[in-house]
Amino acid sequence: MRQFLSFVKKEFFHIFRDRRTMFILLGMPVVQIIIFGFALTNEVKNAKIAILDHSKDAATASLISEISSSRYFDIEQTIFSENEIEPAFKKGKVKMVIVFPQHFAEDLLHFNKTQVQLIADASDPNVANTLTNYATSIIMDYQKRITSNKKLPYTIDTEIRMLYNPQLKGAYNFVPGVMAMVLLLVCTMMTAITIVREKEMGTMEILLVSPVKPIGVVIAKAVPYLLLSIVNICSILLLSVYVLEVPINGSIVLLLAVSVLFILVSLSLGLLISAGAATQQTAMFISLIALFLPTIMLSGFMFPIENMPLPLRTVSNIVPAKWYFQIVKSVMIKGLGLQAIWKEVLILTGMMIFFLTLAIKKFKIRLA
Amino acid sequence: MYFERRRTMRTLRFILQKEFRQIFRDPAIIRLIFIMPVIQLLVLPWAADYEIKNIKLSVVDHDHSDYSKKLITKITASGYFKLTDYSVSYNKALEQIERDNADLLLEIPAQFEKTLVKENEAKLFMALNAINGVKANLGGVYLRNIIQDYNREVRLEWIQFPRFNPETQIEVTSSNWFNPLMNYKYFMVPGILVILLTMIGTNLTAINIVREKEIGTIEQINVTPIKKYHFILGKLIPFWILGLFVLTLGLVIARLAYGIIPVGSFIAIYLFAALYLLAVMGLGLLVSTYAQTQQQAMLVSFFIMMVFILLGGLYTSIDSMPEWAQWITKFNPVSYFIEVMRMVVLKGSSLSDIKYHLLIMSGFAVVLNSWAIISYRKRS
Repeated sequence: MRQFLSFVKKEFFHIFRDRRTMFILLGMPVVQIIIFGFALTNEVKNAKIAILDHSKDAATASLISEISSSRYFDIEQTIFSENEIEPAFKKGKVKMVIVFPQHFAEDLLHFNKTQVQLIADASDPNVANTLTNYATSIIMDYQKRITSNKKLPYTIDTEIRMLYNPQLKGAYNFVPGVMAMVLLLVCTMMTAITIVREKEMGTMEILLVSPVKPIGVVIAKAVPYLLLSIVNICSILLLSVYVLEVPINGSIVLLLAVSVLFILVSLSLGLLISAGAATQQTAMFISLIALFLPTIMLSGFMFPIENMPLPLRTVSNIVPAKWYFQIVKSVMIKGLGLQAIWKEVLILTGMMIFFLTLAIKKFKIRLA
Repeated sequence: MYFERRRTMRTLRFILQKEFRQIFRDPAIIRLIFIMPVIQLLVLPWAADYEIKNIKLSVVDHDHSDYSKKLITKITASGYFKLTDYSVSYNKALEQIERDNADLLLEIPAQFEKTLVKENEAKLFMALNAINGVKANLGGVYLRNIIQDYNREVRLEWIQFPRFNPETQIEVTSSNWFNPLMNYKYFMVPGILVILLTMIGTNLTAINIVREKEIGTIEQINVTPIKKYHFILGKLIPFWILGLFVLTLGLVIARLAYGIIPVGSFIAIYLFAALYLLAVMGLGLLVSTYAQTQQQAMLVSFFIMMVFILLGGLYTSIDSMPEWAQWITKFNPVSYFIEVMRMVVLKGSSLSDIKYHLLIMSGFAVVLNSWAIISYRKRS
């Protein structure tokens, strides 16, 4: 046991002496949380648009001022003919053009009916779709206001309640995702690379002839990363509660416990990769391609899983981060207890045992 | 003078020979160059579909009338919603949301039909799982539109409208240019190509140089008559060629797998890509001069890439970011390339449309590379 502890100490020295790496390992979650929390929203706002107004009357003027005062749109330019639409799009700034026909106010007054045309730059379909929706609802609101004195019969009122996240903040979705991403990066990639580094430099031989059992050598490498990850979880949680104002609705003990479980899964994955890779470059590419990309793509926090084709949905089941993401959402935001997440916990435990046995089995006591 | 130049060219040729051999002998890099584009371009666009559909709906119908049934049929027929179950009570439906079996619950109160007909007004209640705010918001909008439509139908059943519509109506027509079918893949594929080139430019360059440091072979190079710029050019040129090769491979895949044919000119794409590669390789070089171990180089370049890619406008629109983040994107080469790729490939922008982008990218290339060369030392 004492020998093992001195090995752990050695690993800590390795990490602490490399200031730059330390700094990044501890700083990465902070930067990620800030970027995700403040800079990234799927919400579309301040989109630059152009107006083509053939009518230039009181009605279009008030409608335009309403559009420009909404936080979704910034009127970037006013154009005067249909021919200017395409160049405006091609310069790349304008996302939508709103076209008012001639005699807009007159038609509205005399025929009770008029038209607005929305032309969206659909090279980004998401933005195009959302902008069209927003513009339509602003126009509809305007229409409702000018007819508000008449109450229509047979009206169905719809009352909407937004559960868990009434302000519709993006952070509620991103915080659990960032936790999964950071843990995976720190635990899996870093563990795999440090072990393979000893192999590549030839120092592994020296460690293996020491009185500590070979498996102890490897586990000693994982311990510091376990502790680093726990520090990272705490900083992520503190930031998300105090800076992003995402609450922890469930039990914090349970949240930490499942996080440790996920860390163990990631560490065993790291051990498994290190058993298979011969050079640091290989270890890095395996972790990047086999782990990092699937985590971003298939865990459900960037892209909705239910939209994917069946093969990808099936594959997403073997991505550990998917289950962890669900657990964190349930515990942290929905405030549910263990009875709601036992299935996911069981799956993660199973994965951990599987990866660990495989890693131990593949671990070679003798190098080439 | 003449001999001097010939010797320079000869040295460079030998270094290039060495570098190419080293790259092609390493199976990991070869795999990376062939497998990464294929995986990323064939899998990622399928996963990256933001379109909100298949919203899971749980209905609590206390009314069981003709009207409530018609409303439910209308909702499921819209294609946006998937009816997962009928719950007996609000709390039971809420449980479905807690378990992620439903995203949205719609409660139809008892006597819905009767109140609507007799009292001219009836209420519906819906609750959404809003953890994913965008999805919740759009889901709510869709459902409200459907209910409004349904409302209009009910009204038509009961009232005979006069010939001129008494309801004021502003008709909104919308059209989607450049991608009328709203195909997400058109949007993602050019962006993913950018990520690929960035990874090759930054990560591979940085790690390749640091590897020589870590293994100690850089000492051997240092004692040869090879000059600083020989060494750097020898490292950059192979990855520059590889990058352009991967771009070509990517464009071929985009064409074969997704039928994406650039509307604009290939000259614009390649010219910009060549400049861009120079800039990101300069970044890789810079990382390598500051890093001692491969692990460090990897972490640093990974960290920079992550910030660049997330703030590059690939996944989320730059316009929606706060002011400070938009300022960062001005110093982010990735965001320029993503914009240019989308402009040229989808909208057919010409060289004159992207002239500022070209100018800025040349600026990046010059600054990053000179910085790297100045801080590079032959001695460690």
